Amino acid sequence: MAQEQNILDEVVQSDYKYGFTTDIEQELLPKGLDESVIRFISAKKNEPEWLLEWRLKAFEQWKRMVEPTWPNVKYPRVDFQDIIYWAAPKKKEGPASLDEVDPELLATFEKLGIPLEEQKVLAGVAVDVVLDSVSVKTTFQDKLAELGIIFCPISEAVANHPELVRQYIGSVVPTNDNFYAALNSAVFSDGSFVYIPKGVRCPIELSTYFRINARNTGQFERTLIIADEGSYVSYLEGCTAPQRDENQLHAAVVELVAHRDAEIKYSTVQNWFPGDANGKGGIYNFVTKRGVCEGRNSKISWTQVETGSAITWKYPSVVLKGDNSMGEFYSVAVTNNHQQADTGTKMIHIGKNTRSRIVSKGISAGVSQNSYRGLVKILKVAQGARNYSQCDSLLIGDACGAHTFPYLEVANETATVEHEATTSKIGEDMLFYCNQRGIDTEAAVALIVNGYAREVLNQLPMEFAVEAQKLLAISLEGSVG
Amino acid sequence: MSSLLEIKNLHASIEDREILKGVDLVVHAGEVHAIMGPNGSGKSTLASVLAGKEDYTVTEGSILLNGKDLMELSPEDRSHEGLFLAFQYPVEIPGVSTANFLKTAVNEHRAYRGDEPLDPGAFLALMKEKMKLVEMDPSFLQRSLNEGFSGGEKKRNEIFQMAMLEPTLAVLDETDSGLDIDALRIVAGGVNALRTPNNATVVITHYQRLLDYIVPDVVHVLWNGRIVRSGDKSLALELEKRGYDWIKNETAVEA
Repeated sequence: MAQEQNILDEVVQSDYKYGFTTDIEQELLPKGLDESVIRFISAKKNEPEWLLEWRLKAFEQWKRMVEPTWPNVKYPRVDFQDIIYWAAPKKKEGPASLDEVDPELLATFEKLGIPLEEQKVLAGVAVDVVLDSVSVKTTFQDKLAELGIIFCPISEAVANHPELVRQYIGSVVPTNDNFYAALNSAVFSDGSFVYIPKGVRCPIELSTYFRINARNTGQFERTLIIADEGSYVSYLEGCTAPQRDENQLHAAVVELVAHRDAEIKYSTVQNWFPGDANGKGGIYNFVTKRGVCEGRNSKISWTQVETGSAITWKYPSVVLKGDNSMGEFYSVAVTNNHQQADTGTKMIHIGKNTRSRIVSKGISAGVSQNSYRGLVKILKVAQGARNYSQCDSLLIGDACGAHTFPYLEVANETATVEHEATTSKIGEDMLFYCNQRGIDTEAAVALIVNGYAREVLNQLPMEFAVEAQKLLAISLEGSVG
Repeated sequence: MSSLLEIKNLHASIEDREILKGVDLVVHAGEVHAIMGPNGSGKSTLASVLAGKEDYTVTEGSILLNGKDLMELSPEDRSHEGLFLAFQYPVEIPGVSTANFLKTAVNEHRAYRGDEPLDPGAFLALMKEKMKLVEMDPSFLQRSLNEGFSGGEKKRNEIFQMAMLEPTLAVLDETDSGLDIDALRIVAGGVNALRTPNNATVVITHYQRLLDYIVPDVVHVLWNGRIVRSGDKSLALELEKRGYDWIKNETAVEA
């Protein structure tokens, strides 16, 4: 027990590694939200009329909606009039190459280890960096363009490929899907757009790094990925944010569409500021992520490593429409100190012989609360559907909580549904055994946690898996005596 | 002959209950000592206290390993200084392969000595060589540490780890418990192969059986928190024949 008390004490002393801010000139709109703000954003981005109308419709819907209270998290109500809805780094002169990018910005990315530099580009990573609301730099676009792949900020896609954006935006997550999706639809600032044409296998991992960098700025990213028939794409999303005293709202929407025989692999490593040791500050992360397996034999796979945010509220889901389509969800969610996470997935089986696989690994330390919430829904028409779910919880110390809320709705008797759940604890015996072999407690926790999460980490592309492994260790650093 | 381990008047308690009540023990390099005794005499407590388990409080006395005060060292530094404990109940660590666990342990030891980590190729070769000592199949390297291992496999894995870490003082806590005769022979063979003039072994056991294979230089009887009798290996045979009661009675009379 003494050791576990030490663990708790140390947890509380652990500091956020990436807690720094850059001093880049910001263009800010005053706090608050009304129709004029939406018109301002839309005008700033030279959007076509249809998109402005779409935003305004969403805003009207949002005004009639109420904030959801069903997640197993507690936080003071968000004052939506106390948020700045537009912030963009001021461009000195449109940077055409890396040399022209604000050196301070580059230095920040350097500190974060964000691979904007040439070596990384040569290593095959194209990076579409989003700092606050406006994309700063996109690489590799020309090469991708040769294959007909479109990978650009969504605002650019609106200008250059309006027919694609108009066809798909809101098709997976409708504007009135939920409170935060409606808000995002009304005020989304920017995000990424990906289109992979028929039969094309995207030759590189596409990655985007998000950072929240402006005081009191809500971030409303919007990502849309379309994989046309027989195509393949792997998309990586990673986040770190500087330390902040005030809570920051993040309400992103990600929509994925996989057509016949197409596959989308979407990986996230999320490390936003979780609040300090006393639970002060930290990001509110209320995200809607959903993919639809539109065509036969299509596949969508979500992998997430969630270590940050004060509050996480996130259920990457797959709608399995096409026959034989497959959905996967692999998740590691870490909560430490006062963090709260309510995360999981939804697998909606509609097509015949659709399959889904859920592997969720929760890790709780400190006085945090970690909930898995997952829905497996098999419709009457979904003949021969199969689901496998595994939900594991790992506890460090005895002041944290792990909760599992599985929902199962099966309307077709040919369905096969399996659910396994375990709860384990990093006990003193385990730590002492490691200590006796010369492994100190901190390294032991990292070793044990990475072992526990291995099945999920293995789903990540190699270079990302290494980063994620380090991140798990950093997140639980100090959770040791 | 310099003493490798020197325990003086060691008192230790758990939750205010005194278990060790003045243990004195000196082990020299090159020696094998056996510590025997009935259940509850404090044998496993002694092993845990040596390794630095936090549950126990040392209230009096001292432990020196190679002249260093063990009480000043964390459990991991005791390991780095050459102390190895083969556990009676080795823990299972799901998801952490035996290879990865050992790589971490060996590299921590190397870092303590100021050495670079071993390169993966050399490390794998070393593991495969050391596994032969206890007739372990290399397939164990990729399996989660001790998870789903049989009792015998776990104990062999302990000795394999000992072979990798090359301790100066190995303490085997009831390593023979739960072993069949073949496994016992393999485990003992591994321990014997690791003996050098510069290291020492302390074997904690209930039964004389193990001592047929790992022949001790000195046998101690621990009873009621003290070493009440020491002798050569014939003492173990006598205990086997007569049980512990005569020692308890004699000790009671002496007291």
